[in-house]
Amino acid sequence: MELNSRIPDGPIEKSWDKHRFDLKLVNPANKRKYKILVVGSGLAGASAAATLAELGYEVECFAYQDSPRRAHSIAAQGGINAAKNYQNDGDSIYRLFYDTVKGGDFRAREANVYRLAQVSVNIIDQCVAQGVPFAREYGGMLDNRSFGGAQVSRTFYARGQTGQQLLLGAYQALERQIGLGKVKMFNRHEMQELIVVDGVAKGIVVRDMVTGKVSSHVADAVCLATGGYGNVFFLSTNAKGCNATAAWRAYKKGAAFANPCYTQIHPTCIPVTGDHQSKLTLMSESLRNDGRIWVPKKKEDCGKPASQIPEEDRDYYLERKYPSFGNLAPRDVSSRAAKQVCDEGRGIGSTGRGVYLDFSAAIERLGAKKIEEKYGNLFEMYERITDDNPYKTPMRIYPASHYTMGGLWVDYNLMSTIPGLFVLGEANFSDHGANRLGASALMQGLADGYFVIPYTIGGYLAGVKPGTRISADDPAVKAAEQAVEARTNRLVGIGGKQTPTHFHRELGKVMWEYCGMGRNEAGLKKALEIIPQIREEFWKDVRIPGSGQELNQSLEMAGRVADFLEVGELMCLDALERRESCGGHFREEWQTEEGEAKRDDENFCHVAAWEHKGEGAKPVRHVEPLKFDNVHLATRSYK
Amino acid sequence: MSVAEQTLAGAGERSPGFMDSSVGRKVVMAITGIVLWGFVTVHMLGNLTAYMGAEAMNHYAEFLHTMIHGMGIWVFRAVLLTAVLLHIWAATSLTLSNHAARPVGYRKQQRQSATWASRSMRWTGVLLGIFIVFHLLHLTFGTVHPDFIKGDAYHNFVTGFQVPWVSAFYIVAQLCLGLHMWHGVWSFTQTLGWAHPRYNALRRNFATVLTVLVVGVNISYPIAVLTGIIH
Amino acid sequence: MEKHLNLTLQVWRQKDAMSEGEFVEYQAKHISTEMSFLEMLDVVNEEIIRKGEDPIAFDHDCREGICGMCSMVINGRPHGPKERTTTCQLHMRSFDDGDTITIEPWRAKPFPVIRDLIVDRGAFDRIIASGGFISVPTGAPQDANALPVSKQNSDLAMDAAACIGCGACVAACPNASAMLFLSAKVSHLGYLPQGQPERYGRVRNMVSQMDAEAFGTCTNHGECEAACPKGITLETIARMNRDYIKASLTYRPEIASGGAG
Repeated sequence: MELNSRIPDGPIEKSWDKHRFDLKLVNPANKRKYKILVVGSGLAGASAAATLAELGYEVECFAYQDSPRRAHSIAAQGGINAAKNYQNDGDSIYRLFYDTVKGGDFRAREANVYRLAQVSVNIIDQCVAQGVPFAREYGGMLDNRSFGGAQVSRTFYARGQTGQQLLLGAYQALERQIGLGKVKMFNRHEMQELIVVDGVAKGIVVRDMVTGKVSSHVADAVCLATGGYGNVFFLSTNAKGCNATAAWRAYKKGAAFANPCYTQIHPTCIPVTGDHQSKLTLMSESLRNDGRIWVPKKKEDCGKPASQIPEEDRDYYLERKYPSFGNLAPRDVSSRAAKQVCDEGRGIGSTGRGVYLDFSAAIERLGAKKIEEKYGNLFEMYERITDDNPYKTPMRIYPASHYTMGGLWVDYNLMSTIPGLFVLGEANFSDHGANRLGASALMQGLADGYFVIPYTIGGYLAGVKPGTRISADDPAVKAAEQAVEARTNRLVGIGGKQTPTHFHRELGKVMWEYCGMGRNEAGLKKALEIIPQIREEFWKDVRIPGSGQELNQSLEMAGRVADFLEVGELMCLDALERRESCGGHFREEWQTEEGEAKRDDENFCHVAAWEHKGEGAKPVRHVEPLKFDNVHLATRSYK
Repeated sequence: MSVAEQTLAGAGERSPGFMDSSVGRKVVMAITGIVLWGFVTVHMLGNLTAYMGAEAMNHYAEFLHTMIHGMGIWVFRAVLLTAVLLHIWAATSLTLSNHAARPVGYRKQQRQSATWASRSMRWTGVLLGIFIVFHLLHLTFGTVHPDFIKGDAYHNFVTGFQVPWVSAFYIVAQLCLGLHMWHGVWSFTQTLGWAHPRYNALRRNFATVLTVLVVGVNISYPIAVLTGIIH
Repeated sequence: MEKHLNLTLQVWRQKDAMSEGEFVEYQAKHISTEMSFLEMLDVVNEEIIRKGEDPIAFDHDCREGICGMCSMVINGRPHGPKERTTTCQLHMRSFDDGDTITIEPWRAKPFPVIRDLIVDRGAFDRIIASGGFISVPTGAPQDANALPVSKQNSDLAMDAAACIGCGACVAACPNASAMLFLSAKVSHLGYLPQGQPERYGRVRNMVSQMDAEAFGTCTNHGECEAACPKGITLETIARMNRDYIKASLTYRPEIASGGAG
């Protein structure tokens, strides 16, 4: 397998412009002759589908939910970064680029990140024109806040619902194209297989989740915008339906999977309350601007109510360890610190896995009213879920799986190792390296969909002769359909005793324990033993009532769990092979004396891309070296 | 249309007729409602002449019949009749759409903000329709009046209400009118888009005060006759 | 504090759109008050699957109150007894031990039941497709700050834009009307300068699509406002009515203009 990143040469500031000029164009009259499939309708998928349709391509878009508006991009709270420098505080494209490369712990491609920073400014213009109601100042100008430890205010936001508003903007653009007949929308359809002919992506097989009907769609190019695989942990801040199936089918058909071990654990989620827990809820990172994080100094205080622990017995551990960033230390650092204090037995709450996020000092300083203005809706949400009043008692928080930086490997054109298969948004691996900064996911999703893929896919299609789509009864199509049917029948036919959720929960526990915030060789090896056992058990003992020819939520769940049981293994394998600590990947063997992540740039300054070699065979690890010509390799320090 | 595939044919070509649209019919409802509400209020005020004695009332009745050379009352009647017919048409057609929109109902339902008045609009409406017919036969045409003298409005008024069941019916009808008006008056401000947080409380109060006034005064007539205050 | 409840559920079961449905009773035992309503159903479903029966199908996804997927009428109220709370954020502490809970799908002709508690809300998408957007193709619009928007208008637009499209308004309305959903979008775009060029065409098209979908009409009961988990107000409906009246009074057919040259 060859990993050609197709990064343009020359100075980084010019590379995207030069590349766009070098890309071949498709004759406007020919555009309607090309059909493009977009799988997923979140920020990346909806923006791509709408934009490609505007350009004149024939587009079909698929979503597993009942409407494109429900994709999980909608749940992003905090905001979206853009190098507008509206606040005149020294921001620039170069600074956003620099911060993102550094924040990603030097494991992202410089050229991709630079392009992301460049188009970030166009995104804001586009979204405002669409009617996204970003927060405004009294003078009518856009408001910004500093977010996720950034030293400049470059985050645009719409209350605590930025993701929702951006998604609705893209959704409305998409619905407009649907209304015009330019996009055909397939809701409640789940991609089950990728059709590849002579090594080129030619279509997909989908299952109609209402009728169970399996059908194929052939096209000239396929875009996957199907999100991340964070639900491999069972408990995560992802939506229940988020899954890795589409990406995993592509992987099995020859698309390399890059850096699967890079997962982001978000430090501020509401802790688990019991075994019934089905998902975790994020509390916006912005809370850390005013909240102070602490645990009791002494183990024996952990059972006491917070109010009975005197000030001198509290350990504000982030402020203690990272005096300059304090409670605003980046996500990976804060999450690990929380794990450490809980491992020491100083965690709070019924499970001992929790830390306090305390607003009492801020309420004293600014008054309850000011705090309500800033965080009222978040406090309300917290109270709704936990029945605790955060104005009176400190919030309890704990880290949870939130985002996956790893994903299908793509080149500078967002094309995977399968020609004709493009990967957008969280589903690809490209821009965040080993750790994503706050408010950058929305930026990347929209950058890919609005401003990158419309150019790069043209460059690919210009080389495809119009009218060379395979026919619907091509043997490859039939074979793919049969594979899907066979898999469904196999699942339904097991007739065991356990529910799909049972196996998912088991997998989640293993992943969280051995491939979560801290990883080590022994643990990963153990996980690599246990996961195949769970998988074997799953294929023997799962029970799926009903049939494949009807709306069957157990079947949907089982199909996704079956894939997670394989994704998890690859993650552990990647984590085992990456013998260094970087960003979200913390190998306990590689840490400094103070317990900070220690990179090994000599041996691991590269992307690891895994190639599937057939069922049961060990996947092969390929390497794409990373070069840092602009931002020089340095140790991240938030002290 | 299938669950999954949705495409809209000619989104830009739709040219909906105002009276066919739901909002259009609502506006018809509201505007005719205003006409009827205006009439009811003026009618109530005009009848206050009953408290000033036979001469005043008969004089007022005569004025109604002779204004603009006798044309006025016919203009009035034409406007009112049109308004009533449109009001009934809109109500019927909207009710039919509403029923069709929920073919299967709920087993259990807890209402949060719908009022007795809002939920009984169509029933109070029907009752008011019946009442209007009776009222016309009673005091305009005299068909169902025991002692009708054409041209002597005061006499007809007093003797009409001296029959207890007739007065009772009038009172019940006025209470229905109250419910209908209370929701209707607030509702037309909403339908015509006169909403603003600054005036929202005012809209409710306006409806309440007006309703109490009209219904109160109207009910006072039969009571005044039965108790001999007007005789 | 965590407590445990035993509950009786009366759940609407219906195999598919073509089949007749019925209420089926289930026992939910030892339910923690810390669970969300959907987690309670998960527990019941796990039990049903182990017995080899078909679990209760219901729509859900984000489980944090923003995607708008969850949709059930709980004891006669869409999303259940707590104000401004979606089903997924409703917790079992809102119920008492021994309660009987009736769970039904949204009921409206334009929202046909697909299975059990799942309905098809495609009508909402089609309403948006008919005009709930600003026609601005991806490209290079003017700088975002070139068009000032007063903070108040921006906030009001955001209030309306908070709609999650769950359909509780339709479910709660005695007439199954979609006016609150529609007016939320009309108001969101109508408050912003960017939304002005298409303001009046938008409202006409959207109302027309709403009527074509056979939703009921608004009779100003206010049930939608009470059921809305995002606090969209009746004022948006009044605004929409105003826009619709103006649009209709000033309507003129589009002038055909072919591109010359």
